[in-house]
Amino acid sequence: MLYREAGQFKSTYAADQQIFPILQDRIAIGALLVVALVVVPLIGNQYWFSAILTPFLVLSLAALGLNILTGYAGQLSLGTAAFMAVGAFMAYNAVLRIPHLPILGAFIIGGLCAAAVGIVFGLPSLRIKGLYLAVATLAAQFFVLWAINRIGWFSNYSSSGVITAQRMAILGYPIEHSREKYLLTLVIVALMALAAKNLMRSETGRAFMAVRDMDVAASVIGIPMMKTKLLAFAISSFYCGVAGALYAYCYLGTVEPEAFTLDLSFRVLFMIIIGGVGSILGSFLGAAFITLFPIFLNVLSRSIESGLGIEMSHAVVSNAEAIIFGGLIIFFLIVEPNGLARLWQIAKEKLRLWPFPH
Amino acid sequence: MSFFIEVLAGGLLAGVMYSLVALGFVLIYKASGVFNFAQGSLVFFAALTFVSLTERGWNFWLALLATLIAMILVGMAIERTVLRPLVNQPPITLLMATIGLTFVLEGASQLMWGSQPHGLELGIPDVPIEWLSQKWNINISQFDVFAAFVAGVLVAVLALFFQKTRIGRALRAVADDHQAALAVGIPLQHIWAIVWAVAGFVALVAGMMWGVRNGVQYALTFTALKALPVLILGGFESIAGAIVGGLIIGAGEKLAEVYLGPYVGGGIESWFAYVIALLFLLVRPEGLFGEKIIDRV
Repeated sequence: MLYREAGQFKSTYAADQQIFPILQDRIAIGALLVVALVVVPLIGNQYWFSAILTPFLVLSLAALGLNILTGYAGQLSLGTAAFMAVGAFMAYNAVLRIPHLPILGAFIIGGLCAAAVGIVFGLPSLRIKGLYLAVATLAAQFFVLWAINRIGWFSNYSSSGVITAQRMAILGYPIEHSREKYLLTLVIVALMALAAKNLMRSETGRAFMAVRDMDVAASVIGIPMMKTKLLAFAISSFYCGVAGALYAYCYLGTVEPEAFTLDLSFRVLFMIIIGGVGSILGSFLGAAFITLFPIFLNVLSRSIESGLGIEMSHAVVSNAEAIIFGGLIIFFLIVEPNGLARLWQIAKEKLRLWPFPH
Repeated sequence: MSFFIEVLAGGLLAGVMYSLVALGFVLIYKASGVFNFAQGSLVFFAALTFVSLTERGWNFWLALLATLIAMILVGMAIERTVLRPLVNQPPITLLMATIGLTFVLEGASQLMWGSQPHGLELGIPDVPIEWLSQKWNINISQFDVFAAFVAGVLVAVLALFFQKTRIGRALRAVADDHQAALAVGIPLQHIWAIVWAVAGFVALVAGMMWGVRNGVQYALTFTALKALPVLILGGFESIAGAIVGGLIIGAGEKLAEVYLGPYVGGGIESWFAYVIALLFLLVRPEGLFGEKIIDRV
């Protein structure tokens, strides 16, 4: 009833090609941004900002980065956490070693360094494909963590390899509280998501998709394979690098290299699979699911404990959570292999016809 | 010189241990095209079940039999509940499903048997062979040789099974071409169930060997990560590749750790295997023994 595009005529090419062609979508996204930017900061508390919203946003950005590489360009990667680690540690070093560097500049430097590392580890993709490539990207995962652990320069020679994020300030305005950190993350993530959405509608994005769908055919019609694949690795790693820097500066504060293990790579990969491969929205939905679900399970198990009055040991609870988490992922893959974004799409189609489906 | 031989032999024998895990991957990939990331968890599950049963006073053979039956049932259950509904999905979805499976398997095994580490004894001590160390001053662990022997027997049994039995031939037919196999009347789903059962058996053998070496503990699940470079080096579809790949990776890793490690600060074992595998892949992108990839538009 409400969700109709009837009567919305496009009279210019620009109007025809806009990101949200349906008025209701534009209103919804505008409302969402207002809520996230104004309402949430007014009503949220510290727990919500620092434990739920900020990690959700940061991991969305990482998932977005991986989605550019895996979902759009079709190159499977298991090294996401390594690129995040590069971003985090290089942003730290940039602030440390370059005087008067604005914090956003440090994030960009972190992202660019991650992009450079991404290009290096993307080189095998010119020769290797599919699962072989996925395993090969594990080399990035292990090598980068090893290098950060071994080479003292990265952590400014701290004995345990742990770095503490410096204080942040933008134009002299200090960013200290969880609310400000949340807002900073939100703005960066929203801008980068917009950039990604537009990039994927451009020539570059279409070249990515051509390579994903069939790379031999793509090279036959004149898409430069090397440039496209390496660009995909570079852009994806840039996103992951910025996400890593935000992970360090806005979420964790104190970071050890072990925060970026293979587990994190898998979690980000889960996000795009559950959310939807090759979908910007899917990255956010997947990140929300993967970050919120363990918290939900935890709350649930605690309430069961207090409700039934039984004392469960920590090990039992965490193992049961792992079983449910894994089982649910398998369940999701079986019922909707295309992810939550596809469910959303189906819901929208239904909504258009509702209440007269014929 | 004797030191070099010692390092080389140690590396080769360690490589055999990697091959044991890689074999389980290859079996399943060959037959069903699923890259089974959960093989490491299966190894952990098998070893933990076995060691917990023996610690509860079960006889060695009885515990072995019970674990074997459990592994076969688990393998079949995985095939039935996880992979059958996911037939014809893209490889990445299948991979993610098996990663989800690792959570379930690891959670279930620790829920059942607890998460404290166990020691495992098979009656073969992990000490250097005496006459070798006395005569040539080469230290090679008795247990490593035993593990290599077990791996050899395992491969021989698998080869016999694949070449000579009716089921084995059906397995190879399925690996070759699902549809053609279906057309000549091979029951695909039985075959897949059998493959998973065999993979469970291989996981049990690998779990016992690794359990003696490193103790039965959660870290056992990381053996899967050790097997991955072996796999891409040897090719996903080849049993011979898993063995040769394991030997190359094992030897290369140990030699690099000893001769190259001191210059770069040590601890390079975590990634050097991948570098070796990558170098080989640059020459042969489908692994040493993998099926040649032919691209058509």
